[in-house]
Amino acid sequence: MHEMSITRSIVETVEKEMDRAELTRLDKVRIRVGELTAVEPDVLRFCFETTIKGTRIEGAALDIEEVPLTGRCKDCGNSFRITAFESLCPKCKCTNIERIGGTELDIVSIEG
Amino acid sequence: MHEILIEEKILARNDEIASENRKALKGKGIYSINIVSAPGAGKTSLIERMAGELKTLGVKFAVVEGDLEGDFDSKRIERHGVSALQITTGRACHLDAHQISHALPWVFGQDGIELLVIENVGNMVCPAEYDLGEDIMVTVMSTTEGDDKPLKYPAIFNASDALVINKTDLAPHTDFDINRARENALKVNPYLKIFETSCRTGAGVDAWAAYLAGVVKDGKKK
Repeated sequence: MHEMSITRSIVETVEKEMDRAELTRLDKVRIRVGELTAVEPDVLRFCFETTIKGTRIEGAALDIEEVPLTGRCKDCGNSFRITAFESLCPKCKCTNIERIGGTELDIVSIEG
Repeated sequence: MHEILIEEKILARNDEIASENRKALKGKGIYSINIVSAPGAGKTSLIERMAGELKTLGVKFAVVEGDLEGDFDSKRIERHGVSALQITTGRACHLDAHQISHALPWVFGQDGIELLVIENVGNMVCPAEYDLGEDIMVTVMSTTEGDDKPLKYPAIFNASDALVINKTDLAPHTDFDINRARENALKVNPYLKIFETSCRTGAGVDAWAAYLAGVVKDGKKK
């Protein structure tokens, strides 16, 4: 279960930023998880809660922004949600598609 | 209370080490591949078959083996005259860039190699997110699995550059439809290069090895 090692990476970054900002407690950690990553938000939430117990991050909420798999049509510029990996622009029906969202695994911000 | 913007990749540290690995390997003229699959799809068998084919093609390679426990796989590979280093991950379900960085001194001690083959832990989920510093990621799936696997585990197929469909000799005895598997894989990742092999009979391994020898030589020109 790699959500645990991903959680450790989150916590390391958060603690570093807390040191830098001289924060002693934290309210929120905001992250972004794409639909096409191998990360399950519910599992991540569970790992996060378990990991921060007894640390100075304890009590902070994990706010996960889930990014759907998104495509952009290179012909007509239309952006749309890709479902079932369909590579067809719903507007102009062409297949000249680039993926512009869905593989994010980012730490966005902390709030404290 | 205020918000502090961070905006970085969660696995930034892993990616950093992966970049260092990639640079170090490139500096020594070594091309690298990261092979992933579900347990039992035939990663080790494929590497065993590659030993003979790549020898004929004049490409010397070494293997870094990732497993939870034991050195069964590295022993299998060494029997084919290929040096192999076993990394045991304990309970971790994937290799990470840090573990590979520790293996690099051993890799650089292998005389005359042009290719490093990293066999990841048998797992179709976790390795998808961990860049090791390889040049290409290769997924192996077998005909005893479902041909809908690319749709069920899209992250790993999306992250891969090549797909090897193994155990083609068994396909007639299963409900696995190779064409449907290809279609599903290309749906998830239209850029995948797909190969069909049977590590039992050796069928198709020559084409896979020829492709690898090609990318190894191309990699040197860059």
